[in-house]
Amino acid sequence: MQDFPVIRTAGVDGLLISFAAALSEPANRAALAFRAALEAEGWAGVQETSSSLVSAFVRFDPLCLTHAALHRQVQALLDLRDWYAADLPGGRRFWRVPTVFGTDLAPQLAQAAQAAGLSEAEAVRSLSEARVRVQTIGFAPGQPYLGQLPPAWDIPRQKELTPRVPEGALVVALRQLVLFSVTTPTGWQHVGQTAIRLFQPDASEPFLLRPGDEVQFTPTDPESLAQMRSDPRGGARCEALT
Amino acid sequence: MSAQLTILRAGPGLTVQDMGRPGYLDMGLSRGGAVDRLALAEGAALLGQPDSLAAVEMAGMGGEFQADQDLRIALTGARMRAQIDGATAVWNASHLLPAGARLSIGPAVAGSYGYLSIGGGVKGDPLLGACSAHLTAGIGALLKAGDRLAIGPDAGGATGMTFDPEDRFSGGEIRIVASFQTDLFAGDVLERLQATAFRRDARANRMGVRLESGGPGFHVSGGRSVLSETIVPGDIQVTGDGTPFVLLAECQTTGGYPRIGTVLPRDLPKVAQAPAGADLRFRFVSLDEAVSAERAAAQARAALPRALRPLIRDPRNMSDLLSYQLISGAIAREEDVL
Repeated sequence: MQDFPVIRTAGVDGLLISFAAALSEPANRAALAFRAALEAEGWAGVQETSSSLVSAFVRFDPLCLTHAALHRQVQALLDLRDWYAADLPGGRRFWRVPTVFGTDLAPQLAQAAQAAGLSEAEAVRSLSEARVRVQTIGFAPGQPYLGQLPPAWDIPRQKELTPRVPEGALVVALRQLVLFSVTTPTGWQHVGQTAIRLFQPDASEPFLLRPGDEVQFTPTDPESLAQMRSDPRGGARCEALT
Repeated sequence: MSAQLTILRAGPGLTVQDMGRPGYLDMGLSRGGAVDRLALAEGAALLGQPDSLAAVEMAGMGGEFQADQDLRIALTGARMRAQIDGATAVWNASHLLPAGARLSIGPAVAGSYGYLSIGGGVKGDPLLGACSAHLTAGIGALLKAGDRLAIGPDAGGATGMTFDPEDRFSGGEIRIVASFQTDLFAGDVLERLQATAFRRDARANRMGVRLESGGPGFHVSGGRSVLSETIVPGDIQVTGDGTPFVLLAECQTTGGYPRIGTVLPRDLPKVAQAPAGADLRFRFVSLDEAVSAERAAAQARAALPRALRPLIRDPRNMSDLLSYQLISGAIAREEDVL
């Protein structure tokens, strides 16, 4: 088993710095903090940085900055401190997002509950009581990976993709929730439906959620959700976390 | 008043594209932009303008266009049958599109994505720093009949220029490098990947190309529970049923299916342009070899303006042949050379 953090290539023009093989709170914090540090460095030849669940990513121009040189720079930055002990990002917020669990709006609640060894009622209680954190934004614009759910939710993705889940779909796998910002195929199980719009390209703030934000999915009924669709936030309420 | 290009008829996959919008990866938005960036660079070289200007990308099928002012245009990427008021317009060349003339572009005859570049570029309202449509993110939309594209001011220059494009329209060998998840796959699976002739599934789109082999899948044990991780264009993602997908410009930014390798950026247009049914074969190369190949591609791209030459008109395509003074072999007026 390799030691972490580990620096590996991602394609010809990318470097991935991973802080763990599995998701954990310290590794997620390390990834967020290290990406912020990379961004602050502003190295010549670096074109873009991002963070995923447990890794920071650098896209660079290998014709200007060699793999070897960037690797050395990254290693020196890694050695500066204990990144696993880093603080969460500042300016975090707590969101309550109205959600319909199950019904024909979210048809995979029953099979996901069964996979988790729970009744449907227990599954709804577990998912709606969990206060989860945005661990990263990814896959689609503004779309959060949220965790970590209780161990029962360590269920795999489906083997076959569901061809289409709508914007605002809440899906589950691997002790995580994802809240979809676009209509998309997925291997995760569709257990809830919200009316939140996470990405509005022409708004002054195009991306609603940020890594570090906390979210709770509060149960509602289909009629109420239909009314919330006139609100771009889908009835979600937010407050600052101190 | 800026020039306008009206779309009289649109194929099913017409979008405005440029080099994409970098800088939003951390917010889950992939760069997007033209799936064949080289074709945009070729169009820009033909028109003598920066390759940052937006053009029309045409997936599989073109359309019919009409301008309200004389425009310079360039046709690059997948070769399509093109005519200006019924006269053949050569592909991989620049032309004058006179005001009111009809530019008609048919289906692709080699490759998948054709490009119509315009002198001055398509002038859209930039959203998050770019004009390109990113359909999966809900930015922009497919172009349709009746749309009018505003055209930027053209600095002017020659038309009737051509060049020999790099052949990337019929499949072939695709160079790949190992990715951070390649070692999740057994050695014999990696061998089989390189020994297999794949075919591009006809349902490919700007997100990616599904590859069919007819043989067994390319499985990794425990592959369904790999932690979601950063994705880059060119990644070959293997879904739960063992099918490889090569991800293109409009790919997702993270994903949980393991990546068996990553296509070199300079070979990615070859995957995107492969016509349905064309053979694609993968070969792993070292990182050093990959960087050298990228350097060579960047140099070839920078040399494009010097690779241009005047188009020699085919007399069979000249409806106004009799108006030329043919005895001396001289062409009457330079601006007539299409």
